[in-house]
Amino acid sequence: MTPPAGTAPLNVEALRKDFPLLTRIVNDHPIVYLDSASSALQPQSVIGAMTRYYETTHANVHRGVYATAEESTALYERARVVTGRFIGAPDPAHEVVFTKNTTESLNLVAHSWGRANLRAGDAILLTEMEHHANIVPWMILSEEVGGLDIRYIPIDADGRLVLDDLDTLIDGVKVVGISTMSNVLGTINPVSHIAEVAHRAGALVVADGAQLVPHAPVDVTALGIDFIAFSAHKMMGPTGIGVLWGRAELLDAMAPFLGGGGMILDVKLDSFRPAPPPARFEAGTPPIAEAVGLTAAIEYLSDIGMDRIRAHELALTNHALARLDEKLGADCRVFGPPAGEDRGGVLSLAYRDVHAHDLAQVLDQFGVCVRPGHHCAKPLMRKLGVQATARASLSLFSDEHDIEVLIEGLLEAGRLFG
Amino acid sequence: MADLEELYREIILDHYRSPRNRGELDSPPAHRVEGFNPLCGDEVVVSMVVENGTLADLKIAGSGCSISQSSASLMSAAVKGKPVGEVRQLISTFKGMMTIHEASLEHDGDGADEPEEINLDKLGELAALQGVVKFPVRIKCATLSWNALAQGLDEVAAEAS
Repeated sequence: MTPPAGTAPLNVEALRKDFPLLTRIVNDHPIVYLDSASSALQPQSVIGAMTRYYETTHANVHRGVYATAEESTALYERARVVTGRFIGAPDPAHEVVFTKNTTESLNLVAHSWGRANLRAGDAILLTEMEHHANIVPWMILSEEVGGLDIRYIPIDADGRLVLDDLDTLIDGVKVVGISTMSNVLGTINPVSHIAEVAHRAGALVVADGAQLVPHAPVDVTALGIDFIAFSAHKMMGPTGIGVLWGRAELLDAMAPFLGGGGMILDVKLDSFRPAPPPARFEAGTPPIAEAVGLTAAIEYLSDIGMDRIRAHELALTNHALARLDEKLGADCRVFGPPAGEDRGGVLSLAYRDVHAHDLAQVLDQFGVCVRPGHHCAKPLMRKLGVQATARASLSLFSDEHDIEVLIEGLLEAGRLFG
Repeated sequence: MADLEELYREIILDHYRSPRNRGELDSPPAHRVEGFNPLCGDEVVVSMVVENGTLADLKIAGSGCSISQSSASLMSAAVKGKPVGEVRQLISTFKGMMTIHEASLEHDGDGADEPEEINLDKLGELAALQGVVKFPVRIKCATLSWNALAQGLDEVAAEAS
């Protein structure tokens, strides 16, 4: 019996052929790419869409009246609609803002919404597992307004948020910044629950979607959040384009971010009138080819199906955790929750007492790409009591062989460092 | 794995496992400098005492990868008790070894601007770190403690003048 299309397992062997970079040989080994949480690889359809755009269509958007300029504008605006629909946005053409990356999207919210709505002494609530991109913009704002009360939802030993005191923590909070999925722990957070509590307390919710949007179905309406930020390059699109989705009424009330061309209705010698969103937040020539690439990436992921991608990565994560335990036992510590539904395909490892940098260097000799370091989450690293971890992160093209090579490399590092 | 063995020479692993001159000196009187590698989180703390133009004492604290920590340990063994002028020369020679790879790429095929040849004999055990230049990302790990030491010597000299 054929399972229904929505749940059929991925044909990983066939999918791998979509990614030209997976044919590379690194240090005499076929590349084993386990760094998609840092930046994903691109399928040929994305690369081809961008090349075709440059070869046949390129012109600046929202300007010319000639054929290619209109086509270019249509492609750029289509990317907005495709992106919005992908995350269940009620009004994609109005609510999807293109930025440079997740970081810029979060800075946009802190700058444009935060400056107008937060005053000295106001409370904001973040989590201990936030990426620096959802901490530092708020700290910069705090310095500007003369001091915000920045609180953090703590994490437990398994890397899950401790929500016991949420009602107390949320009291008086104006905005909650929360990662949908941790880039270090893989924890998938109960965002809709936290959004419900936040809204009851009168706070807005700014979600960092960088890790979850590329790997699981995300619906902003179902999550009940007010903003979400993510990057194209982590979802098999190009670098240089990020997304901010915000509820229309919030974006309508926000002041511009960067000033310049494209974001105005009118400019006089002594004043300007900003354009309505999303143009208000897109000063200057936007990343047009990148928007075309993002469309192709979303179409690629959607054709496979986000449910199936999530199911594949969940099964492989469970398999990897079991294999690491079986082969390396207590020598290998994997941070984050045990195998389960609230865990994504991010495996932050400590192996014996070999430093993450050294682990990654040895793994490179096996063609294995992992990311060593603090993963832009230094407060979390301090909480975990480590300086750095070696992070292996899974993708729709990852398979059990990748995990075996990873384990082989870790064993070699153990031998080398004794 | 030949490159890897060249990077992780036995002497490097030895200094990583059993670091020399480990700890911190009371400051003051010692001068204390912290070095950070923001990319990987490596940290090194160099505390030093300069007396009569000599680096009379020096200790290393901090934590990080095998390259940053062994380089700091090897450095401490090489410079402790040496005249400051000699220490500065060694810093310059060591950093020269760490940049020789980049320099030779930049000057590829043009003999006129070849960088001054580094005399590895002068470096003694430190020459074990030359394998690092094949791994450009790790050069910052190897030079972390040396930059902290150079900064410390500059600060001590500035205070004295």
